[in-house]
Formats: sequence, C-alpha cells, structure tokens
Amino acid sequence: MSQLAWSHLSYLAVLGGCLLGTAPLEVLLRTGVYRRWLRLVLSLTPGLALGVAWDLYAVHAGQWTFDRRYLIGVSIAGLPIEEVLFFVVIPVCAVLTLEAVRRRRPGWLIGDEAGDSGTIRAELCPDDDS
Amino acid sequence: MSYTVLMLLGLAGAVSVDLLLLKTRLLLRKAFWVAYAILFGFQLLVNGILTGIPIVSYRASTVVGIRIGYAPVEDLGFGFALILLTLSCWVQLGRRERRAAR
Repeated sequence: MSQLAWSHLSYLAVLGGCLLGTAPLEVLLRTGVYRRWLRLVLSLTPGLALGVAWDLYAVHAGQWTFDRRYLIGVSIAGLPIEEVLFFVVIPVCAVLTLEAVRRRRPGWLIGDEAGDSGTIRAELCPDDDS
Repeated sequence: MSYTVLMLLGLAGAVSVDLLLLKTRLLLRKAFWVAYAILFGFQLLVNGILTGIPIVSYRASTVVGIRIGYAPVEDLGFGFALILLTLSCWVQLGRRERRAAR
C-alpha cells in the first residue's frame, strides 16, 4: 500500500483506538458491558438513530464536510461509514467508563442497583455518597 | 438551523430524557460526572485528531467559534448529549431487568 492509501484508514483507526483503549476495562475491571450485549445494543440505538439523522441534516446543510483522503470510501445512508460507527463506538466507550467507575466505587449508585430498596433509595436520595 | 442551535436542542432533549422521561437522574449522580470527566479528557483527544488533521471541517458560519483545544464547543455539547442519552437508556434498561427478575 502506498502512503496515500494508508491515510484512508485514519478515521477508522481513531475509532479502533477508542475500542482498544477501553477494552481493558471489560477484561481487567470485569465491567460486563459486552457480555450484556443486548442491553448495550438497545441503549445505543436512540443515540445512533438521532445522531445519524442529525448528521445527515448537517452534511446536507453544508455545516461540515469530511475529507475523503481520510475515509475508506464506504457510505451508509449517505454518510461515511466511519461517521455512522462513531455513534456506536463513543456510546460503547461511555457505558464501559460508567461501569468501570461503578466497579471502582460501588457506593456511588447509578440507579439500577439490585435489591428491593435499591431503585427507590437511589431515586429518592440522589446524593448517595455515604 | 445552525450547528449551535442543533446542539442546544440535543442537550435539552438528553437532559429531558434523563430528568423527566426516564427519571434516571444521572445528572444528580457523582458516578455519572466522574465518568463524564474521564470521557471528556478522551473526547478532547479524539476530537483534536478529527478536527485537527482535519478529517472533519466546519463551515465558520455554523459554529459560534469558541474552541477548546481543536474542538468547537458545539462538538463538546453534542458529545455530552450523546453520552447522557446513552447512559440514561443503559440505566433504565438495567432497572427493567431488575424488575423483571423479581
């Protein structure tokens, strides 16, 4: 591959770096995010749908443009595939980070904890630093 | 609508989902803000690469022009909305699983 061709992987490489960088959280802190893949897929679907719609509008309105030299050249619904994957990769990293924080600080409730009183207590007492 | 207006709409929407629609109230939780602080650092890095090379370029008339590092402030608000919406859905689905298991 020539140097020019390698540049087409730039955006994809950035996204890959995000996934590689957060992968140790799943392995070392046992965040269990990929294991709960259905919940993960459902969680990121609204952001993906709205993000792609928003992005299509922005590109159509000429608010931003992509430099084709840094894209692999595959489009989905008129957007570079990298831009669509952005709305998958960033939310995955976000969930991994939140679950990693939970693993390190179990006392900081996020609202879906087990136990009969967990949800109610978390809802009534958001200031749960105890 | 400019990118700035769209970003503000997205922010308002995500905040409404968290506080009013799903009532996950992540905005009131320390765990969320610590996670966001970590994500914010990496967001500046990733956004710096995307807008610094630049892989993505913005028309000057669509952003207010405030940048943190390379990132236009709109990108940061947009990222916050995406993260908040996703995490609110994640917590809500976790709650439903707990209820179903009981």
